[in-house]
Amino acid sequence: MTSSPLARLPAVLLIAGLLPAAAAAQGSGSATLDAVRGRGQLVCGVAGAVPGFSLPDSQGVMRGLDADGCRAIAAAVFGDANKVKFVNLSTENRFTALQSGEIDVLIRSTTWTLGREANLGGLFAGVNYYDGTGFLVKAAAGVKSARELDGATICVQPGTSTELAIADYFRNNNMKFTPLLIENRAELESAFLSGRCDTYSTDSSALATFRATQPKKEDFVLLPEIISKEPLSYMVRKGDDKWFDIVRWSYFAQLTAEEEGVTSKNVDEQLASTDPNIRRLLGTEGDMGKALALDNKWAYYIVKQVGNFGEMWDRDIAVLGVPRGINNLWTKGGLQYAPPLR
Amino acid sequence: MTQAAADPRYGAAPPPRRRWRLSWNDPRTRNLAVQAAAIAVVAAAVWYLAGNAGRNLAARHIATGFAFLHRVAGIPIAEQPIPYDPATSTFARALLEGVLNTLKVSLAGIVLATILGTFVGIARLAPNWLLSRLAAVYVEVLRDIPLLLQLLFWYTLLQTLPAPRQAVHLGPAFLSNRGLRLPGLVWQPAHSWAALAALAGVVLSVLWARRARARQDATGVRPPVWPVAVALIIGLPVAVWAVLGAPLGFDVPVRKGFGFAGGVTVSPEYAALLAGLVIYTAAYVAEIVRSGIEAVPRGQWEAAGALGLRRGAILRMIVLPQALRVIIPPMTSEYLNLTKNSSLAVAIGYQDIVSIASTTLNQTGQAIEGIAIIMAVYLVISLTISLFMNWYNARVALVER
Repeated sequence: MTSSPLARLPAVLLIAGLLPAAAAAQGSGSATLDAVRGRGQLVCGVAGAVPGFSLPDSQGVMRGLDADGCRAIAAAVFGDANKVKFVNLSTENRFTALQSGEIDVLIRSTTWTLGREANLGGLFAGVNYYDGTGFLVKAAAGVKSARELDGATICVQPGTSTELAIADYFRNNNMKFTPLLIENRAELESAFLSGRCDTYSTDSSALATFRATQPKKEDFVLLPEIISKEPLSYMVRKGDDKWFDIVRWSYFAQLTAEEEGVTSKNVDEQLASTDPNIRRLLGTEGDMGKALALDNKWAYYIVKQVGNFGEMWDRDIAVLGVPRGINNLWTKGGLQYAPPLR
Repeated sequence: MTQAAADPRYGAAPPPRRRWRLSWNDPRTRNLAVQAAAIAVVAAAVWYLAGNAGRNLAARHIATGFAFLHRVAGIPIAEQPIPYDPATSTFARALLEGVLNTLKVSLAGIVLATILGTFVGIARLAPNWLLSRLAAVYVEVLRDIPLLLQLLFWYTLLQTLPAPRQAVHLGPAFLSNRGLRLPGLVWQPAHSWAALAALAGVVLSVLWARRARARQDATGVRPPVWPVAVALIIGLPVAVWAVLGAPLGFDVPVRKGFGFAGGVTVSPEYAALLAGLVIYTAAYVAEIVRSGIEAVPRGQWEAAGALGLRRGAILRMIVLPQALRVIIPPMTSEYLNLTKNSSLAVAIGYQDIVSIASTTLNQTGQAIEGIAIIMAVYLVISLTISLFMNWYNARVALVER
């Protein structure tokens, strides 16, 4: 540098004046990413009341598949999976929270539908659980099939795709039902337990975990019918494509890691791997992280601190006795499939 | 007025009107300018907020407008005052169900809370020590427990009722944790005519009462009013019904499948909400009634007692009519509170307007429109109650002669 500080002053002033504009134009290119970095924390919308997905443990730490999904994004952005603030949302206020910018990403067992993607101003970034609507009944009721539910009272959360799926199913099968709609999940479940409803309906994953957490789970029967497709997805606001990429690829990175056999235990040894797929994933080769405006070791941090998708599953879902089923990797007969990370 | 006119100081010409000058020193100019500025600020704020919301909604590709009202709702509704089918009915219809459910619980709540509150308020002033203490405990305890907790209490209590298969028989009715299942009247055209006749009877009774008063003022003889009114309001519909063949049929509930078939249901959600609202609001009404009665000077009681009236008659004919003037304005607030508190229905699964509108805004993603509908509905209901109560207040207000 040859110019004196004084000579550079006008340029400095000019830059200072343009600072907000410059930040937008030359920052990461993502308003959400800039906001997250500026705040030093990812704000993630979760349910906060669903075992296996998001529920605080005895230490007050949020546990579950959705909560760990939030942590993976924080690990990708900050290299620190703990820089997450969890916001508990109900089925009814979740979209408003996302639309208004109160949260950066919504990971709350939210079903991907056309209507939601087209009307709500949101984009679905990845399916962390392929689910479907099921019915739970008390064994004492003697019901064996959902076809026998004509005239039943059904406990269901309002504002969900479940409530629409049930209406469709009963209409298709020429049956009638009475809904009991309570937003608060605990209140709804207590209404079912007290016998106010004949059956409790929601995503079969949540029914399975609810059944697993009951003192006598033999008293409850999960009916065989799955009456709808409920791909539970990550959701972000429309209009911030770079942020969408980061969220979606944080999830794909976890799938890729599982596919390649990279786990939180062996990830440090894998840094020395010669497999180009693993090298690209862990940032020892190529510029995948930089392309996302992240640290090139973004996926290393995710796997190291949160684990791959299978580890997340084993920790959060498998312990509740729910089989992996269609949520297995595509190589093992499931639907979980990540595009090539290259 | 005649006295005032007789006063020479007032008899003079009106004070000279100052000419309006376009100057800051003229108070009228100043007031106009300030008011215009205030309106401009409010309008600018509204315009800015609306524009800002519109731009942001467009930028986020969020649908706007009320077109969704004509789309098929698909959301199931448990309590249907008017027929509703999720497969074919629109969101507008679903929201109308919500409004009717809100009115159903609010109106019943207002009537019952007034009756219960009046009794408790009078009981608190009763000379019987036990009765007045009990009323005081009622008021103090129920005012202090948040309404939401009370609702959850009643709802949980109702859930402990037996299951439908072990339902309690109350004559032809069933009581279970699915609610109270009552025999329903099979509605026939004759009943509609009878209802119409009852309405006509009310109108005719009012006209007759006016005539009777005019006659009393003119001649001092009061023609009978009550017997005529009873004949018109009860006798006329019964006569119409009898002439049309006196059809009467009941839809008696029977056990079937998971619950019951036939009859009409009072759901536990409705019962819990109504009970919670009535019992909570009655505590406030009781205090208003008590303060109203205590505002009537003791001399009124003593004077009426000196005339030989009994306590009940004094209360009914002397004290309450005067107390009403004090009671009505705060009572209006309580009615409005009860109506707005009914939105806590969401917590116990009663589908009022807030519940259905928030489901709607969740399914359509149109939060601003959904909230606007809720606000408009409460505004209309509240203004209607206020207007009615203000009219009633003007009627019972002290007319000074």
